[in-house]
Amino acid sequence: MEKEKVLEVKNLQKFFKLGRNNTVKAVDDISFDINKGETFGLVGESGCGKSTTGRTIIRLHEATGGQVIFNHENVHGKKSKQDLLKLNRKMQMIFQDPSSSLNPKMTVMDIVAEGIDIHKLAKNEKDRKQRVENLLETVGLNREHATRFPHEFSGGQRQRIGIARALAVEPEFIIADEPISALDVSIQAQVVNLLKRLQRDYGLTFLFIAHDLSMVKYISDRIGVMYFGNMVELAESDELYKNPLHPYTKSLLSAIPLPDPDYERNRRRVAYDPAEHDTNEEPEFREVKPGHWVRCTTKEFEEYKKELKTK
Amino acid sequence: MNEKLLEIKNLKTSFRIEDQYYAAVDDVSLTVNENEVLAIVGESGCGKSALAFSLMRLHNRAKIEGDILFKGDDVTNYSAGQVNKLRGNEMSMIFQDPLTALNPLMKIGDQIGEVLLLHKGKFSNLNRKQKAISLLDKVGIARPEHVYEQFPHELSGGMRQRVVIAIAIANDPEVLIADEPTTALDATIQSQILDLLNELKENMNAGIILITHDLGVVAEMADRVAVMYAGQIVEVADVHALFGMPQHPYTRSLLSSVPNAESVDSKLHVIQGIVPSLKNLTREGCRFRSRIPWIDESVHEKSPELHEISPNHFVRCTCYKNFYFPDEKKEDKRHGIS
Repeated sequence: MEKEKVLEVKNLQKFFKLGRNNTVKAVDDISFDINKGETFGLVGESGCGKSTTGRTIIRLHEATGGQVIFNHENVHGKKSKQDLLKLNRKMQMIFQDPSSSLNPKMTVMDIVAEGIDIHKLAKNEKDRKQRVENLLETVGLNREHATRFPHEFSGGQRQRIGIARALAVEPEFIIADEPISALDVSIQAQVVNLLKRLQRDYGLTFLFIAHDLSMVKYISDRIGVMYFGNMVELAESDELYKNPLHPYTKSLLSAIPLPDPDYERNRRRVAYDPAEHDTNEEPEFREVKPGHWVRCTTKEFEEYKKELKTK
Repeated sequence: MNEKLLEIKNLKTSFRIEDQYYAAVDDVSLTVNENEVLAIVGESGCGKSALAFSLMRLHNRAKIEGDILFKGDDVTNYSAGQVNKLRGNEMSMIFQDPLTALNPLMKIGDQIGEVLLLHKGKFSNLNRKQKAISLLDKVGIARPEHVYEQFPHELSGGMRQRVVIAIAIANDPEVLIADEPTTALDATIQSQILDLLNELKENMNAGIILITHDLGVVAEMADRVAVMYAGQIVEVADVHALFGMPQHPYTRSLLSSVPNAESVDSKLHVIQGIVPSLKNLTREGCRFRSRIPWIDESVHEKSPELHEISPNHFVRCTCYKNFYFPDEKKEDKRHGIS
């Protein structure tokens, strides 16, 4: 069965100019697709460009090069206000820090309803109120919370408000940029369960950006690993965890601490040294096995294929 | 033979809110031995950091009761001068947020030099610089001479955390309190920092109190684990016993709220409700009972105490014997350990 692509990222580039002769290549030529109803995890260290990727996809940054195609339509390029509005409704974002992404001077009602107002989704004041209250209940808050201000909530509750705001315009695709990194363990579980439930109930598609690999594995169908602006490996979650090929992925996986002391005492960490690659050949993103892509040189490509066969 | 470095006896730290004292740390007794990592886990607001700050005598206005014995000496009776001599020298602390723990207007080198100057005044300026650079080198900072001249904002989060660690270990402390040392860091940098802490433990025979809510870090680092809830210790055990046979409902809830490698499709367990705030906390009876409402009230003790259920494994309240998760059948509930 051919899966329906919701989002296609083609050779996306985002460079930041810091001055003359000083450009940071935050995202350098990455490509991937996201299918309808799936959760795509994007992992990597801080500073590897994963957040920039998310922000460029939703056009919070203008792309330097490449395309982002959402529902067969290019997100970047010349667009009328109306087109952008239409696009924004289908694509929403949940931000990392729930305390700085909510306006402290607005009530929860107004925060959640902002999108509803912009897109004129509510027929009248009563409908608006009704919608917000339903949304709050969907994300596990009370309707009485609507009149309060963000500072009256705990971190987990604030993140729920952020999620309710994203859901308010009935999007198809949500970019979640480290939605749980700032939260406590038990609260992380609440938010992840909530996201999973919403995905099931509304058929949402997620781009889930995080550095906590254990949670990413738990929630994602496919995972892309980024390193210094490049996508170095892309595979289905289980495949990536069972057969990591790129040395950086191996190093990243070996660094996750698991809640199991016996495993932890015998764990060996793998360090990643970018110098181990052959620098004479520019590496390319190649498919080693159906659905499993690695950035490698031709020689490494053959080695990876062999490695997979012996497993 | 491992010696007792730090002995905490019935420590109670209370804060005043509207003319009344509320205990954030309530009757905590713990020991830390040489060459040992004691982990303290719990959600935010459980009193973990309040405990750490009490040990370092960093609370200004809190009422502290009970004893803190450092190598047999009661620290709670120390004068300000005596505390200053101890702090940063024999006992030191790694703070949670490396950005706020460092002075933004001071060069890295001067900040490290400051602790050396205060406690080891006999260093000449040149020696102090050399010592500071060697400390930076020790915590794995590349080009320490260069970083010595830099300001905190020029460094990445991982580097800043290393600087904070360098300051904490400058005077070879015997007790090191690490308050969420890796929470703000990436997995790869986290593992480097943890390796560093392990090295300190081995080489300097230090006792480390590791405060964290990351159970993976606990499993990796700790020798013993104390689980804290609402100011009280609810379970203390050897790390293998705690992860292998967790007993207290809170410990079991925490452990089941993180995904493990096998159970990919299962739903994560969610602990209902939140940690009660100091003012709203019901102090009578089992403090965790409001978050496990499906458990029959009668299984809780009236005034729960720590029970030694097997050698060196302590659990508070008897409710653990009758605890089960809501999605478990009541018949599967465990009857303690046999």
